[in-house]
Amino acid sequence: MIDALLNVSALCMRFGGLLAVDNVNFAVKPDEVFAIIGPNGAGKTTVFNCVGGFYTPTSGQITMNGVSITGLPSHRVAHHGLVRTFQNVRLFKQLTVLENLLVAQHTQVETRLLPGLLKLKSYRQSEADALERAAQWLDFMGLREFANREAGNLAYGHQRRLEIARCMITKPRLLMLDEPAAGLNPQEKQDLQRLIDRLRCEFGVAVLLIEHDMGLVMGISDRILVMEHGKPIVTGTPAEVRSDERVIKAYLGEE
Amino acid sequence: MANNLRNAFIAAILTGVIVTPVFGLQLVRQGARTLMDPHWSNVLIAMAVVFVGQLLRPWLAIPFRRLKSGLPTLPAAPSQGNKWLVLLIIAAAVIWPFFGSRSSVDIATLVLIYVMLGLGLNIVVGFAGLLDLGFVGFYAVGAYTYALLYHWGGWGFWEALPFAGAMAALFGFVLGFPVLRLRGDYLAIVTLGFGEIIRLLLINLNWLTGGPDGISGIPKPSVFGIPMARSSGTEGVRTFHEITGLTFQSQHVVLWLYLMALLLALITLFVSTRLKRMPVGRAWEALREDEIACRSLGLNPTRIKLSAFTLGAMFAGFGGAFFAARQGLVNPESFTFIESALILAIVVLGGMGSQVGVILAAILLTVLPELARGFAEYRMLMFGLVMVLMMMWRPQGLLPMKRPHVELQTK
Amino acid sequence: MSDLIPQMTQQFFNGLSLGAIYALIAIGYTMVYGIIGMINFAHGEIYMIGAYVGLVTLTAVGTQSGMPVYLIVAVMLVVAMAVTGAYGFTVERVAYRPLRGSPRLVALISAIGMSIFLQNWVALGQGARDMAVPNILSGAVQFHMGTDFDVMVPYSRIMIIVVTVVLMIALSLFIKYSRMGRASRACSQDMHMANLLGIDTNKVISFTFVLGAMLAAVGGVLIALTIGKLNPFIGFIVGIKAFTAAVLGGIGSIPGAMLGGALLGLVETFAAAYISSQYKDIVAFLLLVLILLFRPTGLLGKPEVEKV
Repeated sequence: MIDALLNVSALCMRFGGLLAVDNVNFAVKPDEVFAIIGPNGAGKTTVFNCVGGFYTPTSGQITMNGVSITGLPSHRVAHHGLVRTFQNVRLFKQLTVLENLLVAQHTQVETRLLPGLLKLKSYRQSEADALERAAQWLDFMGLREFANREAGNLAYGHQRRLEIARCMITKPRLLMLDEPAAGLNPQEKQDLQRLIDRLRCEFGVAVLLIEHDMGLVMGISDRILVMEHGKPIVTGTPAEVRSDERVIKAYLGEE
Repeated sequence: MANNLRNAFIAAILTGVIVTPVFGLQLVRQGARTLMDPHWSNVLIAMAVVFVGQLLRPWLAIPFRRLKSGLPTLPAAPSQGNKWLVLLIIAAAVIWPFFGSRSSVDIATLVLIYVMLGLGLNIVVGFAGLLDLGFVGFYAVGAYTYALLYHWGGWGFWEALPFAGAMAALFGFVLGFPVLRLRGDYLAIVTLGFGEIIRLLLINLNWLTGGPDGISGIPKPSVFGIPMARSSGTEGVRTFHEITGLTFQSQHVVLWLYLMALLLALITLFVSTRLKRMPVGRAWEALREDEIACRSLGLNPTRIKLSAFTLGAMFAGFGGAFFAARQGLVNPESFTFIESALILAIVVLGGMGSQVGVILAAILLTVLPELARGFAEYRMLMFGLVMVLMMMWRPQGLLPMKRPHVELQTK
Repeated sequence: MSDLIPQMTQQFFNGLSLGAIYALIAIGYTMVYGIIGMINFAHGEIYMIGAYVGLVTLTAVGTQSGMPVYLIVAVMLVVAMAVTGAYGFTVERVAYRPLRGSPRLVALISAIGMSIFLQNWVALGQGARDMAVPNILSGAVQFHMGTDFDVMVPYSRIMIIVVTVVLMIALSLFIKYSRMGRASRACSQDMHMANLLGIDTNKVISFTFVLGAMLAAVGGVLIALTIGKLNPFIGFIVGIKAFTAAVLGGIGSIPGAMLGGALLGLVETFAAAYISSQYKDIVAFLLLVLILLFRPTGLLGKPEVEKV
């Protein structure tokens, strides 16, 4: 796909004797919400880890905006505009909510030593801007009142929101969400759905997500990839996927 | 109760086994022969103490538990209101030595060196969470850089100081680059290895470093180029006292050294306080918590860790240069692993990350052994014991660091 | 040139006996790391204490007692093993067990403190200076290899190699077939699960420390007899080198510790003989850095994949 933001082709990941990901192909367009679903052990998180640079794929190609990011370490992948959340929320638990958002802006602020030590104008401006951006995101997520609280002390739903805000503050092109609805109650799931939509519309960010909650997936996704045992089964719109025989078999087993 | 008694018995017997070959049957050299000198009383006393201690353990445990959580956690760094307090303390530190005795000012200078080293290591261990057991290596590099620049080039302290820091920082960079991605305890052992390698090189590279004898005759810091000494030793160069007309007293040299140490320590304190609040300081803390999350946000762990490691090494280099100036000579003996352990103890016992804690610990760990001069043999023994006990009773240190460093209005 | 083979053979035996000592100590490091994930910094001091206990025992028995040499050595070994076993047990109970759940740095500091404490403990009791060890294992095996240079392997070194090999075999059999051996293998794979299955993990941990200590003691006694002197600070450098050997072979793997020890002993001896004897200590450190950089799981370890 020429106008794709993220392009994954022939991705394979082998761990010793186990082929966890077998020839996965998909592409995510710039404003798209793309979901990867499948039963447990299908290899979804492994795909995420390969794309995100935490694993080096055994073979295959991953490009972002046409530029190859295959095998790049994860911090370099992030520089290409690709950030992710994690299955078990990885916040900096002993830092405050505000500090989490400040750290995330590390690549955007003035980090040179001399301006910081001498509190030069450029430094003070940079810090003020960072604080301002953090405040904006706190307001957007409704977390302002918790700004100075330790991130680990937040309610679970708020932690998840903070993790997403932390990603968004890096101004990504593609946001990868690893089971964002896990552990949320129905109300929170609806809020999440609205949030993802808002992010896509207001900030023009593409979303790639792994999710088990079918209601959320069907409601928010533009296209879906179904995986089983590391292999891709079907790629298509929610309607196509929902009625596909192979998908039903994968989830419910043989009759 | 019976269980307690049985435990006490077992403990006493274990004590007997342990104490006997060390204190019970002491070896004594008589000419070419080795004889045995039994001191069974030592063994019996030890067994008795342990026996009683074990019996009384449930009662003794209560006050110790209170110690663990009871002590206050004072604020780590001065907040706005305390600026005046800090200035007052600094003023006191500057004025005091003019009224103090020579030996106490001398000890205070030593304290300040350890404050500098402690604050430097605090950046590496306390802020960035990197287990560095080879800090003494950078200390040595700084000291020897000054010594060599003087020996081969006649350089003075102030000219050599930036180079000492730069050289140590370079070593920190080169050594840190390959190893900083290692896991915690592996990093500790490898840095320990580096410290030892540096020491071994200093001993063996005779032609460069003077070998085990080292380099001597190193001059003290000058007053803007004017030597502070009894006589300048060079034709046509007048000493500080000759210019100002004061009578030379060795007390003045001690005083001058103290003031310079204070200056360096204050600079170290200022820099590390700033670093904590800067983006790099935040990055260190975040990296300590969760490296994977940091990577996913675009932070480069190696570069961030390297900055801490290099900065810490730089301060060790400054400290080393000053140490060389104060002692007048350097040799490999001064740069053993025990120094690294001592500086590490200062950081950990003070409270990792907490600058006030580190300063306090530096004072305690330098002054107390001086006061207990009579018990010199027991010094290292107590040191080891204190390290173990502190970890069990108060691992967070005397004055744990207070967080956070930046806050937002939550309307 | 014709002397090269015999000379190298000589160095080979020297290196192997040195390596045997490293292996004995390395096993202690690797077992403890495998089971509770900590570097027992004070392990080198246990080795040193073993040497001292051996010397005390030897002095108590007396070199003129008329007992056959091998019996004297056996007594020294048994007594040293018993005492260091007690030390190993006590150190774990007193300094490490209370810190089981704590962050890595805390346990490491405690271990460093323990190491410093033990060094000075012995220094206070027995003096900080070098102590001479009477030479009861004099003599060597000499053999010709067809040139003028005779290869001389001292009996003491042969004893080191033989005793070590015997102990290694005994240890391997024990780990494989005994109940405690199975329990410790279970604990090193999954401590939590072992606990749930009813294994007394505290007992296993204590056992690991005691066993490691006893092996180190054997090394201490034999080395003291071979070199002829000791002081309270010999544990430090040897400890680091033995740890290097453990990492080289693959931390957590007992066969790895044996292999790593042998390799390190050989490399160090050959480096000292053919490159420079002054810098031989550096060889071990460099080897450690290289291994950790390029193959951190060691020769016999399995590559780990980071779980995200």
